[in-house]
Amino acid sequence: MKEILAVMVGAIFVNNVVLAQFLGICPVIGVSKKISTAVGMGFGVTFVMSLATPITYILYYTVLVPFQMEFMITVIFILVIASLVQIVELVMKKVSKPLYSALGIYLPLITTNCSILGVALLVIQHNYSFVTALVFGFCSALGFSLAIIIFAGIREKLEEADIPGAFAGVPITFITAAILSLAFMGFSGLV
Amino acid sequence: MNAFNVFSKGIIRENPVLRLLLGFCPVLAVTTTAVNGVGMGLATLFVLFWSNIVISLISSFIPDKVRIPCFIVVIATFVTIVDLLIRAFFPELNKSLGIFIPLIVVNCIILGRAEAFASKNGLFYSILDALGMGLGFTLSLVILSSIREILGNWSIFGISIVSDQIPPILLFVLPPGAFLTLGLMIATVVVIEKRGKVANGGAQDERNLGCDGRCDLCK
Repeated sequence: MKEILAVMVGAIFVNNVVLAQFLGICPVIGVSKKISTAVGMGFGVTFVMSLATPITYILYYTVLVPFQMEFMITVIFILVIASLVQIVELVMKKVSKPLYSALGIYLPLITTNCSILGVALLVIQHNYSFVTALVFGFCSALGFSLAIIIFAGIREKLEEADIPGAFAGVPITFITAAILSLAFMGFSGLV
Repeated sequence: MNAFNVFSKGIIRENPVLRLLLGFCPVLAVTTTAVNGVGMGLATLFVLFWSNIVISLISSFIPDKVRIPCFIVVIATFVTIVDLLIRAFFPELNKSLGIFIPLIVVNCIILGRAEAFASKNGLFYSILDALGMGLGFTLSLVILSSIREILGNWSIFGISIVSDQIPPILLFVLPPGAFLTLGLMIATVVVIEKRGKVANGGAQDERNLGCDGRCDLCK
């Protein structure tokens, strides 16, 4: 139990996927202008990552390892993630219209979000057990959502600020990310 | 289309990181030392080079609807090759780049070039485009990692340049330093761009993103 708790705190705060591990920077920079879209993206990533991590985990240990094809990990994982996103989109469209209209537009973007593949690979690299992998996947996604939502909040305020011409747009976003990442470093003693 | 133009545009005018704003994750994550920056840049160049060649050769056979999955398979194959090569010949580099080598597969620069350039142009131009874009990517990685290594570790390519008496600015090799340095670099490019525009008598910005404004490719 203690180990699980450490993994949870580690994934959400200490080794935050966005601010400490630099995974999924593109959506954080691209889709964080408004809190509402940031929330949508956060939920989308949480949904896909919580599914993709156990599926790739099972596939790795039941197919790739027994057949000694560990070197195929990159090819297989990216294909699984890409098709998973497609399936999720189709199922969502059939089963829940409101959920689809809320998350639909974010799903295609998630295939090329490197945090999904990154977390799937990290789980294998750390030799996590299945339960730990599940928790790690879910909590990494929560960490992502936390980062992108905080970010969107700051950017909404920045809209009204008077920013020097050269920094308008992307540069000031990076400076904000630097300060936010500095703040998250304060968690580093926790685990 | 001018051959030299196709090659040179990726290096400065359409630099993938500083101008097109693509592929930030590896740029921020591995640039703690200049050696890592060069390693990551060359690994990406290798994948970009071969995937552009293969995609420009096979793109006429691929049905339009399944082209993106096909491109991803081609790219993933070369990423696996480069991953195994680095593991075999540069174990040190493999340790410091870690999961960012397999993650080259989701680097939007590579899929972006495959979709926007290699699938529409011949072999020769695709090779030039890959070399230009790859070198531009490597260049921005080297600049960023040199700044971070000099300020954060008082060294460059592992060679110490300032006496150990003065403590280095550790912040620059930590995650916040990556965001800060890249932000300042992009701001610098914006300033240079504005100066250039004033010198040209306020000419129109003719930057071609090469993706028909399809931003979903990159996010």
